[in-house]
This record gives sequence, C-alpha cells and structure tokens, in this order.
Amino acid sequence: MIFLQLFITFSKIGIFNFGGGYAMLSLIQDEVVNKHHWLTVAEFTDIVAVSQSTPGPIGINAATYTGYTAVINAGYPQWAAALSAVMTSLSIMWLPFILMISISKFLLKHKESQDIKNIFSVLRPTIVGLLLAAALMLMNVENFGSPTQSTFVFIVSLTIFIFAFIGTRLFKIHPILMILLCGLAGLLIY
Amino acid sequence: MGIYWDLFATFSKIGSFTLGGGYAMVPVMEKEIVDKKGWLTREEFMDILVVAQSTPGLFAIDMASHIGYKFRGTWGGIIGALGVAGPSILAILLIAMFFHAFKGNIYVEKIFMGVRPCVVALILAPCFTMAKSAKIRKQTLWIPLVCAALIYIMGVSPIWCILAAGIGGFLYGRFASK
Repeated sequence: MIFLQLFITFSKIGIFNFGGGYAMLSLIQDEVVNKHHWLTVAEFTDIVAVSQSTPGPIGINAATYTGYTAVINAGYPQWAAALSAVMTSLSIMWLPFILMISISKFLLKHKESQDIKNIFSVLRPTIVGLLLAAALMLMNVENFGSPTQSTFVFIVSLTIFIFAFIGTRLFKIHPILMILLCGLAGLLIY
Repeated sequence: MGIYWDLFATFSKIGSFTLGGGYAMVPVMEKEIVDKKGWLTREEFMDILVVAQSTPGLFAIDMASHIGYKFRGTWGGIIGALGVAGPSILAILLIAMFFHAFKGNIYVEKIFMGVRPCVVALILAPCFTMAKSAKIRKQTLWIPLVCAALIYIMGVSPIWCILAAGIGGFLYGRFASK
C-alpha cells in the first residue's frame, strides 16, 4: 500500500531530521531513491533544482513532489496523486509539530526560571554564530558564480549582494521587497 | 477569527517568499514577526530559533507552530504551521502537475541568478541586529565567532554548538556567577 508507506517514510524523515534544509536531502534521497525506488536519481535531482526556485522549506517541497510522482508512477489517477502530495507533506510535519508544541508549553511555563534564563543567555550569542556560518557556507559557486569561469556573473552577483546587504541594514528595506528587486535585476541584467 | 486569519496570512506570506528554505526564512520572519507585528521580542525570536534548530523537523514549521501556540494554543500552532507550508505545497503540486517546463525555464533561471546572492546578504544582515539583542560584548564576542568557525571550517554539526552553549550557560549560572 503505497499511501501508507509514504506516510510512514515521511513521518520518519520528519522526526529524524535535525538541522533542517539540506541536511534533510540526503536522508530523503536514501529513503526515496535507494530504498523505495519511488523516484530515479534524475527525478530526485529535479526536486532539488525545483526546490531552490520555489518558495518554502525544502523538506516540504521534496515531500510534496515525491508524494505526487510516486503515486503517478504507480499508475494511480491524477486526483489520487494530488491527495497523496498533500498527505505526504503533512506526514513530514506532524511529529515534529507535536514535539514543538510540548516544548513551547514547557518554555512558556518556565520562562521565569533562572536556569532557563542562564541557558538562553549563552544560546543567543550561539545562534548568531550559526547564522554567520550559514551565510558563509552559502557564499559558494552555486550562488555567486565562479570568478574565473564567468567574471560577469560573479561581479553582478557580488554587486547584488552588497546592494542587498546595505539596503536591508542601513535603509531597512523589507526582505521581501529586496528579493523582488533582485529577481527583477537578474531578469534585466542576464 | 481575527488572530487566526492574521497568523495564517502572515505565515503564508513568510512561506511564499522564502526561496531555498531554512535560514532564508530568518530575515523575513524577523521583519514580519518582530519588527512589524511585534508578536515576539528579538530575544524571544532568537530563543525560538535556537529551539527550532535543536529539535527535529523543519525550522519554519517549528517557528510557526511556536508562535501560533503562544497566541491561541494548539489550534493557533496548527494554523501557523499550515500557513507556512500551504504556499509551498501548492506551488510544488502545480509544478508537478502542469509545469514540467518550469525548471528549465530561462527567465526563471535569470530571476534566480539575481535572487540567490540577495538571499545570502539577507541571511548575513540579521547577524548584526541579533548580535545587539544577544548582548554580545567584548567578553562574549568569541562565542559566535568560535561557533561559526567550528561549523564553517571544521564541519561540526550546529547541534553540538547548541548543546555545549546550553550546558555552559547552565553551569556558569549555577557555579561561576555567584
């Protein structure tokens, strides 16, 4: 029963995923491509590409796409596949959701505890480090182009980067507006 | 009804404009939830970031469920989580069903060549606003720097940094600050 298998597999992926996003992709690939053969390697690569150019968390993107494609490949009609896509997306969410609600309950109840306050006083500087590391890791060829292979793309990317940074930091431009502006710039320049 | 709709609409907006997922959501969330709506202080926002980062599941869903829960209990959490996931499910479903050409589309690719470096800048920018809220001073500046170096250069999982910092904060509060 493919629907039940999708539900179980994606519930598992949801709860065993720490760190989100890209960390999740290898886990999904292992289950979906290697173990269950729901998708080919090429179809999986497509998901990654599509995820990068569509909104939302990559885990949800992958779940939706797999839920749809696997059921179509198994010979079901389109409406069943659409239903499966929604079901698979919810499968990845429900266990972490329950966990998060329990943590929220706990935190809101013990907000005034001195131990909790101490713990978070050190965790806050740490999250700044995490964000910094994430930004550094994203300064790569996929996002900026290579300076040797295509100097033009690299310089344009660097300009957009600096422009976006100054725009949000100094002029407090809304990030959504910034994304739209940079998308428009890409369309016009390239 | 008002707050439910507000939660759903705000998180849908966040879900619609975060490309690449994960950390790309942080700047949009910070702007919408802290600056515009005032649903969380910047400190509370950072606390939830840490919790979301150290628990399984998707970052954005964790954030949305916590904030929703804070306002309207479990139903608020559900509404927030569905709000953030909704646009993404819809977009992929439509692509899977109708637009197979989407991924190879030249215009889409051009737009994204512009958006990608922008997103990196957007992730870098909150480091500075958050550094202020985290009360990072000369004595504590090493914490984010060492943490970023461990993750970026040595490939250490962020979970270990969070764990070490949490235990450190607990022990420091208990024994050293007396």
